[in-house]
Amino acid sequence: MKRVYLDNSATSKVDDEVLDAMLPFFTGKYGNPSSLYALGRESREAIEVARQQVASAIGASPAEIIFTSGGTEADNIAIVGSALAGKKKGNHIITSSIEHPAVLETCRYLEKEGFKVTYLPVTPEGIVRVDELAAAITKETILITVMQVNNEIGSIQPIAEIGRIAKEKGIRFHTDAVQAMGKVRVNVNDLGVDLLSLSGHKIHGPKGVGALYLRKGTPVRSLVHGGGHERGIRSGTENVPGIAGMGKACEVMTRDFERNVAHMTRLRDRLMDGLLKIEHSRLNGPRGAQRSPNNVNVSYSFVEGESMVLLLDMAGIEVSTGSACSSTKLEPSHVLLSCGLPAEEAHGSLRMTNSKYSTEEEIDYVIETLPGIVARLREMSPLYRRPA
Amino acid sequence: MYSPKVMQNFSNPQNVGEIPDADGVGTVGNPVCGDLMTIYIKVKDDRLEDVKFKTFGCGAAIATSSMITQMAKGKTIEEALKITRNDVASELEGLPPQKMHCSNLAADALKAAIDDYRKRLPDRTGPAEKK
Repeated sequence: MKRVYLDNSATSKVDDEVLDAMLPFFTGKYGNPSSLYALGRESREAIEVARQQVASAIGASPAEIIFTSGGTEADNIAIVGSALAGKKKGNHIITSSIEHPAVLETCRYLEKEGFKVTYLPVTPEGIVRVDELAAAITKETILITVMQVNNEIGSIQPIAEIGRIAKEKGIRFHTDAVQAMGKVRVNVNDLGVDLLSLSGHKIHGPKGVGALYLRKGTPVRSLVHGGGHERGIRSGTENVPGIAGMGKACEVMTRDFERNVAHMTRLRDRLMDGLLKIEHSRLNGPRGAQRSPNNVNVSYSFVEGESMVLLLDMAGIEVSTGSACSSTKLEPSHVLLSCGLPAEEAHGSLRMTNSKYSTEEEIDYVIETLPGIVARLREMSPLYRRPA
Repeated sequence: MYSPKVMQNFSNPQNVGEIPDADGVGTVGNPVCGDLMTIYIKVKDDRLEDVKFKTFGCGAAIATSSMITQMAKGKTIEEALKITRNDVASELEGLPPQKMHCSNLAADALKAAIDDYRKRLPDRTGPAEKK
């Protein structure tokens, strides 16, 4: 059976070049990077090469890169580590209502610890309003954290504008750029961020590795204590194969950026046009340049997302939904609800995220297959009345 | 995540549709929560002669709807009322824990349809209903 993978914002296939860069560090070059002898030095060398590759991809210097176990850990260090480091200055944090759970739940944790958090609303297209953010700043504000690209609806946030405000007010600024890498330009100086989170497996690198950019002179408290690895900010023997893979993934991503973005944008628009031809459908998130080049998110009235995902899976198409059924919670996507979508429409949403490996043929297969699935579920739905 | 029996009932659901001259109709759930289920029954000589459903919801919601129509068909009203949520889940060889509450509504919908049927009956103990 044909298999079409359109869930690249969940995770992505490891690039062959990336795998080749990782393999030597499992068996031959398995040394601990902290060891003094040759085997250890080879591993240390690999980490420093990767640090340079990651730094180059975001316009940073290698000393500003801390390797972590992934995007979630990078977000935790950035937010909790900044809150703890800045709590003598103030106790207020500003974020948005559409952040990834790695940020939202971390902020909720800090609320329990006595910090105050403002969760900014967004426009119907899922974009933070800069004037509202500026108005939320108080004397107590010590951190602003807003994602660069939303993972569900692909909305691109005005990070550079927020960065200018943060700098003017002397407030530390973090962005989760996990979904931005490889889709839009990520440059720490253009964006004006002090901290930035990255993940390996969303950019055709391995799972279990990520990085935190920490601008020079930005102190954070460490959350994982131990042998003092990664400048004491993230102790634990380094995941050498993972780090080597993440470095390579950043290098490949930067090298092929223009070509891949053009490819993904073309496929996104083709898919979007095709999927919106189905009646009673609506696009979630913005159109055009304000949207990630790989993201399509559409709601279909009168049907529920998990049912669509299961039937698509039977046809070999792998996508995700913002329905409550896709999670352990009873509520549909907080992102879609924040955009003002009624809950029943959020339950009927599908997210399809392509990659550089996606093909036009795959997109056309989805466009051919989905109408029958929606029609079949609508026939079963008590909410749907077939036009007379 | 789902048992083969759930997937079978989801991908090839039995008794989908409406009964235009149904003797009882029961609707439970709420589209805001992602599940809405309507069960239609046709009763003859105190037996469920036909049972059909329409459901908006996840795989579990559709599978439990399909299953209860098969379980209830041919049963007497009293027998049908004894079918519990757990019976439906067992007949489907289990449901994921998080689906036991939110999507396992079929037994409730059947009860609602039977309640509706009983409400429509002329009250046998009281004075005859005027037409």
